[in-house]
Amino acid sequence: MATLAENKRRRIEELIARTSEAGGVSLFRDAGRRLLRNPTAIVGGVLILLFLIIAIFAPLVAPHDPVQRFPELTRDLTVDHIPGPTAGHPLGSDPLGRDFASRMIYGARQTLFVGVLATLIGLLLGVLLGAIAGALGGRVDAIIMRLTDVMLALPSLLLAITLVALASQSTQWTVIIAVAVVNVPIFARLLRGSMLAQRESDHVLAARALGVKRHDIVLRHMLPNSLTAVIVQATLTFAVAILDAAALSFLGLGDPDINRAEWGLMLGVDGVRYFEVRPELAYFPALAIILVALGFTLLGESIREALDPKNRR
Amino acid sequence: MVRVISRRLIQLVATVVALMTLVFFWLRSLPGGPVDALLGERATPQTRELLTRALGYDQPIWVQYGRFLKNVVTGNFGNSIRTGEPVTEVIGRAFPATIELAIAAIIIAIGLGIPLGYLAAKHRGRLLDNATIIVTLVGISIPIFFLGYLLKDWLTQDIHLFPPSGRISTGLGNTDVTGFFVLDGLLTRELDASADALWHLVLPAFTLATIPLAIIIRITRASVLDVLDEDYIRTADAKGLRHATVRKRHVLRNALLPVVTTIGLQTGALLAGAVLTEKVYNWGGLGTLITDSISGGRDYPVLQALILLAAIVFIVVNLAVDLSYAFIDPRVRVK
Amino acid sequence: MQAGRRRAVIAAGVIAALTIGAAGCAKSDRDSGTDDNKASGGTFIFAGAGDPKNFDPIFNDDGESFRPIRQLYDTLVTHKPGTADLTGGLAESWENDPTGKIWTFKLRSGVKFHDGTALDATAVCANFDRWFNMKGEAAQSQMIYYTDIFGGFAGSPDALYDNCKASDASTAVLTLKKYKGAFPGAFALTAFSIASPAALKQYDGDTVTQNGDSFSYSAFANEHPTGTGAFTFGGWNKATGEITLNRNADYWGDKAKVDKMIIKVIKDENTRKQELRAGTVQAIDFPAPADRKALAAEGYKVLDRPAFNILYLGINQKNNPKLKDLRVRQAIAYALNRAQLVQTKGPGGSAVADEFLPNTVLGYAPDVQKYEYDVAKAKQLLADAGATGLTLNFYYPTEVSRPYMPNPQEIFTVLANDLQAAGIKVNGVPRPWNGGFKDDVQQFGKQDLHMLGWTGDYNDPGNFVGTFFGRGKVEFGDQAMTDMFDAIGKADATVDQTAKKAAFEQVNRDLASKWLPAVPIWHAPPAVVTTKNVVGLVASPLTAEQFNTVSLTK
Repeated sequence: MATLAENKRRRIEELIARTSEAGGVSLFRDAGRRLLRNPTAIVGGVLILLFLIIAIFAPLVAPHDPVQRFPELTRDLTVDHIPGPTAGHPLGSDPLGRDFASRMIYGARQTLFVGVLATLIGLLLGVLLGAIAGALGGRVDAIIMRLTDVMLALPSLLLAITLVALASQSTQWTVIIAVAVVNVPIFARLLRGSMLAQRESDHVLAARALGVKRHDIVLRHMLPNSLTAVIVQATLTFAVAILDAAALSFLGLGDPDINRAEWGLMLGVDGVRYFEVRPELAYFPALAIILVALGFTLLGESIREALDPKNRR
Repeated sequence: MVRVISRRLIQLVATVVALMTLVFFWLRSLPGGPVDALLGERATPQTRELLTRALGYDQPIWVQYGRFLKNVVTGNFGNSIRTGEPVTEVIGRAFPATIELAIAAIIIAIGLGIPLGYLAAKHRGRLLDNATIIVTLVGISIPIFFLGYLLKDWLTQDIHLFPPSGRISTGLGNTDVTGFFVLDGLLTRELDASADALWHLVLPAFTLATIPLAIIIRITRASVLDVLDEDYIRTADAKGLRHATVRKRHVLRNALLPVVTTIGLQTGALLAGAVLTEKVYNWGGLGTLITDSISGGRDYPVLQALILLAAIVFIVVNLAVDLSYAFIDPRVRVK
Repeated sequence: MQAGRRRAVIAAGVIAALTIGAAGCAKSDRDSGTDDNKASGGTFIFAGAGDPKNFDPIFNDDGESFRPIRQLYDTLVTHKPGTADLTGGLAESWENDPTGKIWTFKLRSGVKFHDGTALDATAVCANFDRWFNMKGEAAQSQMIYYTDIFGGFAGSPDALYDNCKASDASTAVLTLKKYKGAFPGAFALTAFSIASPAALKQYDGDTVTQNGDSFSYSAFANEHPTGTGAFTFGGWNKATGEITLNRNADYWGDKAKVDKMIIKVIKDENTRKQELRAGTVQAIDFPAPADRKALAAEGYKVLDRPAFNILYLGINQKNNPKLKDLRVRQAIAYALNRAQLVQTKGPGGSAVADEFLPNTVLGYAPDVQKYEYDVAKAKQLLADAGATGLTLNFYYPTEVSRPYMPNPQEIFTVLANDLQAAGIKVNGVPRPWNGGFKDDVQQFGKQDLHMLGWTGDYNDPGNFVGTFFGRGKVEFGDQAMTDMFDAIGKADATVDQTAKKAAFEQVNRDLASKWLPAVPIWHAPPAVVTTKNVVGLVASPLTAEQFNTVSLTK
């Protein structure tokens, strides 16, 4: 477990090293250019864009209300038969006679919700903690860093399971909080480390020598660079959140509200239970999860690569 | 040095006691719990009352806490609510199962990961390389339980290639010596049991190996590429050394360093993966124990012991790491 | 590299040497002579759904423990295979005196316990005495059926047991303090199986010790369960989850046709099905409702147990005063489309329930008021009662699957949907089964509505209706529905069976039309599935299958 912490620590340091090495705003432009030339990044970007569009415009795209039960679907529904595609229901029924296509589309929205919140909470708390550690230094810094060390050792899924045990009833928030908590130390270290590293970097020293004001240095030069590292981590966090939500549902410890259309929940509960009756109930959410997780991983890795000084020739 | 160690040991004890206290009071503040779990639908209020008294829940919480501490100090974590056996036995039985699975998974991940990563790097930019990259990316993005579920469906149902679940065939009557079934078969010369246990290991180990395998392939590939770029390899090539010698003596050896580190770093991820894999394959290890202790009826004695075990393992390992730093870096020692 | 390879070779050599050396130390536990046995009946492997607790009948109350216990022990009275009708067990016949207090059992002769001691009237009475005189709260708290049926232990004013006398070797006379309607059905309860007094004594059967939050049981309960059953105990391998039972060659009844039976614990229903298909087990309990049709189509035998359970929607009248109004409760009943629930989510063979007991049980009335699905009527009733815009907290369990409730979340979602359609706002509250649901619902009564159910133990209306509505229960708001309590109490105390039948029929009519403390939802029979070559397995409505009749054909 401690070795997992090591691993995460190392990756954080690498990321810091890559993003803090010279460059201010020009780095963005440079990296952006390289991103656009990279087919991997484009594939990732397109996947995410598609996902975002579907999620945001779900009510416009979806043919029906995702929780409504339709008489034409329940008519032929039994526990061992789930009706397939019919007129008006392009993907057929789900196990309760609801429109599966609409649930898949609204699923993007709920999945986005879980991913974004998990990432955002982790990011905010982490940035706050990192800033406090960086600003106060000394003993506080040491204690906070010690604490993040401990937290880095936890795989998010195990933490989520422990949270369910300690919270009595799992909810949608169990997985959000678990993934967020696991990422707090990563974000905290990223921010703190990257700011510390930049304090000594050439462009900051140069700016300081030129007499640029302190808060200008922080805002114009240090923060943008630190944020790129944070963005890379955030894209990767998103993928983990989606996968963990699915895993918890599969273990029977996930979101208990099966009215909620969320891909992980749909795969982990209905998908597995009715696999032999209608495998599409598993294949579609699984495919959606893989594509979105893939999209975020591809984009995250591409940004990381683009920022790699080795590639800046 | 002695002072550092003794101070850290005191810290360890303090942390463990604090954690235990926290867990004890926290679990007791939750609804349900042992009384609910021990009584089925048929319990009358009378039995409920009897049970509350029998378990000492009517006594002040401090008395309960004192008794709990006393038990734990003597190594007694109580009995599992689900199975009624001592918690130490339950955990002791689950432990080798998970270790056996994890070892098999690591062997698969290394045995396939390093050659594949090397081949991909060697054929950089060609079909094999691209295919490997795509497969590893999907391997990281697929929900591992679903992959296990699909493998199980295809290879045990559509074609009866592997057994669907468990660690050994029912009714084989294998002798349990160490709890590692493959090893036990060798020790007792029940070679059929060993082979059978090995056969049962294949699918779960492959499922659990997915993520470490993908990561090892990627890291091997990356670090082989890094090394190929290094000046000393170019020098070696330029010197006219035989290609095979260069590869063997320089490329692989140097490229393997980061790979070896990564392998050691996959432990935590492996444990999280084991929870899912064990559930898919009904594998009686720690992963199943964790989920069963929660969803199978809030088995608090087992949960308490598991949390404590995890905390102690973690603190001890951390301590070891700190001490090794102290050896390497004199500045830490002074502090 | 060269040196490295040499080191690797040496290391491999050392490991091999150690392995071979250690092999001398570890001995195989396998007995070599088992092959002679294999010739006749073979081994029958049955996949159960959970771990048993232990094998002392009196300390258990769950089906997974009872499954092996039923093969190891016999009860005085038992059920005819495939029904809930009584027939002779260890007692060839039984008799009740006109006061209903004295039960006389004529015992079968020549029956021996597995330890060779004889089953006689003294042994039977020793069992009754053992239960009544059980010492210690730890042991008493685990005798859930005993407390429920016999009221209490020595020294308790509620105790039903008076004494048991062996008037001769084959006649046991049990005297109770008062008549109880549960008998003779309750004598067939697996918890009241007769154990060998000699073995109980030898292996310290009465010792139950508390350890932490749970209990340790005796060597009798864990390693040496000794009854009269068709199988003897072969062992419980917890690492592989196998309980081995061996054929009892001296069994008094039909001797087992297989040599050995193994109960293999597989908790996941999907995995049980896959093991069946892989041919590694010959029978599975509780298949997923969704899989039954496919398995039947593939040629497996799907044996439906006749329905002997009930799922109901409980109504707690305490927190929301509107629920005290019968019209509101009737509105809830009309709002639920139970026929559609049964069609879409019911396991094969399930049926809408109009009463709280299956129609095979005494006292089932064919002519109770039925609540056919009628949204308009539900809305009308709500309006009449001034309860439009009603909001209710609906508690439902998670992390559980029960035969009467295979998938609580789906059932909740459907029921809640129906209620919303009738204008009742539902606030769903999920709670883990053992992590708060039973507590919140049955202890604290936090809910307005909840889902719960029951599987019957024996053929008696008191076991269904009496359990739910015979007294004030927090679950239903602890209301003083004295009419209801009195009527059920009186019916239960009626000794004459014809009068008792009539009394309970009236109770069931009134439950539906006058009291409606809950809404019955469905009876959902659980199934057993076997491979084609399993012959002679008779599914029991009480989930009380006896496996001595099972044989394996080629």
